[in-house]
Amino acid sequence: MRSDALTKIYDGKTVVDHISFEIPKGKVVSFIGPNGAGKSTVIGMLSRLIARDGGTAEFEGKDVAKWKSGELAKRLAILTQTNNIQMKLTVWELVAFGRFPYSGSHLTERDNQAVRQAIEYMELTDLTDSFIDELSGGQRQRAYIAMVIAQDTEYVLLDEPTNNLDIYHASNMMKIIRRLCDELGKTVILVLHEINYAAFYSDVICAFVDGKIAAFGSVKEVMNPTTLSAIYGVDFEMIEVNGKPLSIYY
Amino acid sequence: MGIIKERKITVILAGTLTLLSVFSLFVGVIDLRGGAAAAGGLGRLDVLLISRLPRLLAILCTGVGMSVAGLIMQQLCMNKFVSPTTGATLSSAQLGILLALLFMPRSTLWSRAAFAFASALTGTWLFIWFIQRIKFKDTVMVPLVGMMFGNVIGGVTSLLAYRYEMTQALSTWLVGHFALVIRGRYEIVYLVLPLIVIAFIFANHFNIVGMGKTFSKNLGVNYGVVLFGGLTIAAAITASIVVVVGSVSYIGLIVPNIVSMFKGDKIRGSLIDAALSGAIFVLVCDLIGRVVIAPYELPIELIIGILGSVLFVAILIRRLSHGRKHISLGRVKASRAIGGIQ
Ligand SMILES: Nc1ncnc2c1ncn2[C@@H]1O[C@H](COP(=O)(O)OP(=O)(O)OP(=O)(O)O)[C@@H](O)[C@H]1O
Ligand SMILES: [Mg+2]
Repeated sequence: MRSDALTKIYDGKTVVDHISFEIPKGKVVSFIGPNGAGKSTVIGMLSRLIARDGGTAEFEGKDVAKWKSGELAKRLAILTQTNNIQMKLTVWELVAFGRFPYSGSHLTERDNQAVRQAIEYMELTDLTDSFIDELSGGQRQRAYIAMVIAQDTEYVLLDEPTNNLDIYHASNMMKIIRRLCDELGKTVILVLHEINYAAFYSDVICAFVDGKIAAFGSVKEVMNPTTLSAIYGVDFEMIEVNGKPLSIYY
Repeated sequence: MGIIKERKITVILAGTLTLLSVFSLFVGVIDLRGGAAAAGGLGRLDVLLISRLPRLLAILCTGVGMSVAGLIMQQLCMNKFVSPTTGATLSSAQLGILLALLFMPRSTLWSRAAFAFASALTGTWLFIWFIQRIKFKDTVMVPLVGMMFGNVIGGVTSLLAYRYEMTQALSTWLVGHFALVIRGRYEIVYLVLPLIVIAFIFANHFNIVGMGKTFSKNLGVNYGVVLFGGLTIAAAITASIVVVVGSVSYIGLIVPNIVSMFKGDKIRGSLIDAALSGAIFVLVCDLIGRVVIAPYELPIELIIGILGSVLFVAILIRRLSHGRKHISLGRVKASRAIGGIQ
């Protein structure tokens, strides 16, 4: 997946400014950066949710806009930052919609298996028959992620998946993302605000500031006090835990 | 546990509907049980075939059709208060019939249906286009606007009818009733049944579109096409019913709401129950209308209006936290229904 001079303009304001990069396959790639930096917009353009105003976004050598939507849905799944389904669906019913690109309305045993597994991953087994409008914010977020996991795509794009999650479920989420990559060979692109999660669990970090890429590279390359201070305008101190950089900020 | 319970509701509904249907065949001015019918020159079987059976089928199709149309519209518009009545579909269909009567005075039922359908579709689309433009924060605003829009169209219809002295002819389609449905008028079955089947086939598509644009795209479903297709089906069902039995309000609003409270919003799971409940609701209203002032009968729209408004207010109170404007919404509906009797 690559982009070249990717650009988005809202009301005359360039919010994504000629961004070019290539997402390495089979890696966990974290997008970080301050609010309004354009992370969600970039993810949206990469996944054909948002129309671009310039540049290219290619998926497997083919423009994302040229892919058949149903075909792309089997290769790439996206969960946006805010989701609000005004519908009384059970967790199972919601997650089962993740299988729609494959089987339409007739779920096979293999589909059911995928749904069950995704629900297990997200530790929602006890809530399988609960209605999503009766869940807590974090439980609902996990149900949405389970749906995307059930979609079982090579590429998974998650915009702030740890939103609303407590520390236990947030770190569990990150471990699952790691497993999706290491065990199932998926490429995961996620937006994160907790930079220590990004440091601990990702292979590549891409930092955005004002619609431009401020840093792109391995965790070691990006996670240093000078770069981070330049990105966020906050003082950072770095320590090392288990061989991984850990930042302290206040 | 869930699955057994789901089936149980469906079985109970189907059983109730069957019993009521059989019962309804034997309620009427001409007594099918005794020898009175024979004395009147008509065989029992004739009464059954000429009058009772088509009427029963029309009732069932109306109930099934209107609640399925309402279910689809509620899902696609992500709003529990949108329905053929509150989405301007019904009043647009009436306008279409008037236009058919004006431009093609000798029109057949089929050509009137085509006019009603085209008009219902246009009206519904204008309404959807309008509410998508103006992103309402308040869910109650959407049906309120729809009802206002519907009343404007209704006003235009009345004005045109008055201008061209068609008021009398049009009244048949303004107030729904089953009294005129007799043999030869099985068309409603041919019109509504295939549409219901299509709705069932595409149920999951409607659900996905109801989850919003991004979810639809992510799952590879074409939002615009499914939205258009779904509303087309809803408009076609509504138009078919209006052409044959006249306007029947409320069902598309109330029945899907009640069913959703018990069964949730997965259409594949609730469509059959909504269809059965709609049929039961109309059948009960029809029986009441035929029994209350027998040997005469009240138009179905009157009974549905009274029962419907009570249920509608109950649903409103359940769905929304208290507030004055919500109550007044119920009153607007009630007065419209009563206005329809005159
Ligand atoms: N639909 C829109 N219309 C107009 N401007 C928009 C729209 N969506 C985003 N923007 C603007 O584009 C810029 C980038 O937004 P984006 O959502 O990509 O930021 P982000 O990096 O995801 O921020 P956050 O961390 O807060 O989620 C912001 O300045 C925002 O105001
Ligand atoms: Mg964002």
